[in-house]
Amino acid sequence: MFLKEYINDVLKAAKSLLTGMKVTGYYFTHRKEIITEQYPDNRATLQLAERFRGEVVMPHDENNQHACTGCSACEIACPNGTIKIINKFDIQPDGKKKKAIDTFVYHLELCTMCGLCVEACPTSAIKMANTFEHSVFNRNQLTKRLNQPGSKIREGVE
Amino acid sequence: MFSLEGITKAIDTWLNAHFNSTVVLLAECVLVGVAAIALFAVLGLGLVWMERKVAAVMQIRLGPNRLGPKGIFQTSADTLKLIMKEGLTPDGADKFLFNLAPFIVMIVAMLVLAPISFAKNFQIWDINIGVLYVSAVSSLSVIGILMAGWSSNNKYSLLGAMRSGAQIVSYELSAGLAIISIVVLTGSLSINDIIQSQQNGWWIFKGHIPAIISFIIFIIAVTAETNRAPFDLAEAESELTAGFHTEYSGMKFALFFLAEYINIFIVCSIGATLFFGGWMPLHIGNWEAFNHIMDFIPSSIWFFGKTIFLIFLIMWFRWTFPRLRVDQLLNLEWKYLLPISLFNLLLMTVVAIMGWHF
Repeated sequence: MFLKEYINDVLKAAKSLLTGMKVTGYYFTHRKEIITEQYPDNRATLQLAERFRGEVVMPHDENNQHACTGCSACEIACPNGTIKIINKFDIQPDGKKKKAIDTFVYHLELCTMCGLCVEACPTSAIKMANTFEHSVFNRNQLTKRLNQPGSKIREGVE
Repeated sequence: MFSLEGITKAIDTWLNAHFNSTVVLLAECVLVGVAAIALFAVLGLGLVWMERKVAAVMQIRLGPNRLGPKGIFQTSADTLKLIMKEGLTPDGADKFLFNLAPFIVMIVAMLVLAPISFAKNFQIWDINIGVLYVSAVSSLSVIGILMAGWSSNNKYSLLGAMRSGAQIVSYELSAGLAIISIVVLTGSLSINDIIQSQQNGWWIFKGHIPAIISFIIFIIAVTAETNRAPFDLAEAESELTAGFHTEYSGMKFALFFLAEYINIFIVCSIGATLFFGGWMPLHIGNWEAFNHIMDFIPSSIWFFGKTIFLIFLIMWFRWTFPRLRVDQLLNLEWKYLLPISLFNLLLMTVVAIMGWHF
C-alpha cells in the first residue's frame, strides 16, 4: 500500500514537471510568441493597446466644435488638480446667457494618467490619447490648453 | 577529414623533430594548459550568452541583441566590465581564505577536465580510474564554496555555503550511484573503455529502462551538484542576495561565475560520455552502411553536440522549475532519489549479469 502511494507520487511529480517543460519548450520552439517591442527601432510601426493612457485630449470635429459644456465634472474628479476649467457666459440669440467653456487648462506635468476625468465626463468631450513621447525642454510647454482657439460647443450637446 | 587528433599528432612530431624529450614534455604541458584556459574562456563567454538567449526565448523575450549579431559580444563586454572593477575585500573578512576561495573553485573545475575525452584519441590524461577521479575531485569544489561563505564574515554567505554543503554532500550519492550503474554495464572505470563499449550503440539505448532511470537520476543530481536552479538554494537571489558570493566583486566574482558554467560543461560532458557515448558517433548494432555514414561526422562535433544538448536540458530545467525549499531538497534526495537509484543499481546488476543488454 505504501509502495503504491510512493510510486504514484513519483509518477505524478514527473508528470507535473513535464507539463511545465512542455510550456517553456513550446515557447522555445515558437519564436513568433515573442512579445518584445523593439522601441524606438519600430517607432513607425508601433502598435499600442487601444486602452493605453498617454495624455488627455479633447477631440474637435471639422467645424472646430467640441462637446465640452464646461460642467467641471472632470476638474472635481481629478485627484491631483491637473485640470482647471475657466468658464465664460455666451449671449445666445434669444438674449439668454449660457455657461460655456473659455479655457480648458491641462497640466500634463501633474497628470498620473488615471483616466478618472474621462470616466466622469457626461458628454464624452475628453478622451485618453495614445501619444506618450512627452519630453520637452521647458516645463511651461506641459501646461496645455485643450480647447482650440475659436472653438465652440457642438449643436445639441447639453 | 578534420580531426583534433591530427593537430595534436602534428604538433607532437614537429616538437620531437626539433627539440629533446624534456623540452618537448615541458612545451606540451604549457600548450595543454593554454588550451585548457582558452577552452574555459570560450566556454564561459559562450555558455553565458547561450543561457541568456535560452532564458529569453523561454520567457517570450528577445535577450541580448544589441552588441554584435544576436548580441554575441554581450558577454565579452560584461567580462571587460568585471575586469575593470575593483576586487574589494571586506574589512571583517578572513583575507587569506577570502582571496583563496575563488581560485580553489576554479582549480577544481580545471582538474576535472583532465580525464575527459573531447574527441577520438584527444584526451589530456588517460587514466584507468577516470570516472572515479571525476566524481572524487568534483566534490572538492564544496570546500571552495564553504571557504568563501565562512571567510566572508556575512550571514548570507554563511547560510548559502552551509546549504551548498548539505546539498553537494547528499546529491553526490545519487550521482555516484547513477555513474556506477553504467560502470556495472561496462566493467571499467576508464573513460576510454566506457566510450569504446558503446561502439555498437549508446548505453541509454542499449541499457533498457534501468539506463534511462539512471540517466534521469544523474541529470537531477548533477543539476543539484552544480548549484543550479531549481536547486540554487546556495545563491538564492530572493532570500540570500547572492549566497556564498555576496561579498565578492570584480574578477573574483567572475571566477565563481565562470566556475559555475565550467562545472555545468564538465558534468554534462560526463553525462554525454556515460550515457550518449562521448565522441562515439550514433551507431546502431550491425548496420554497417549507416554506421559508416555516421563516422564521417568528426568525433569532436559529436562530443560537443551531445554536451551542448545536455547543457540545454539543464538550462531548460532552470527556466521552468521553481526553487525548492531546503527540506524539500533533502527529502527529494534521501526519500526518493537515493532509494530509487539503489533499486535501479540492483536492477542494472541483474541486467548486466544476465546479459540482457544489447
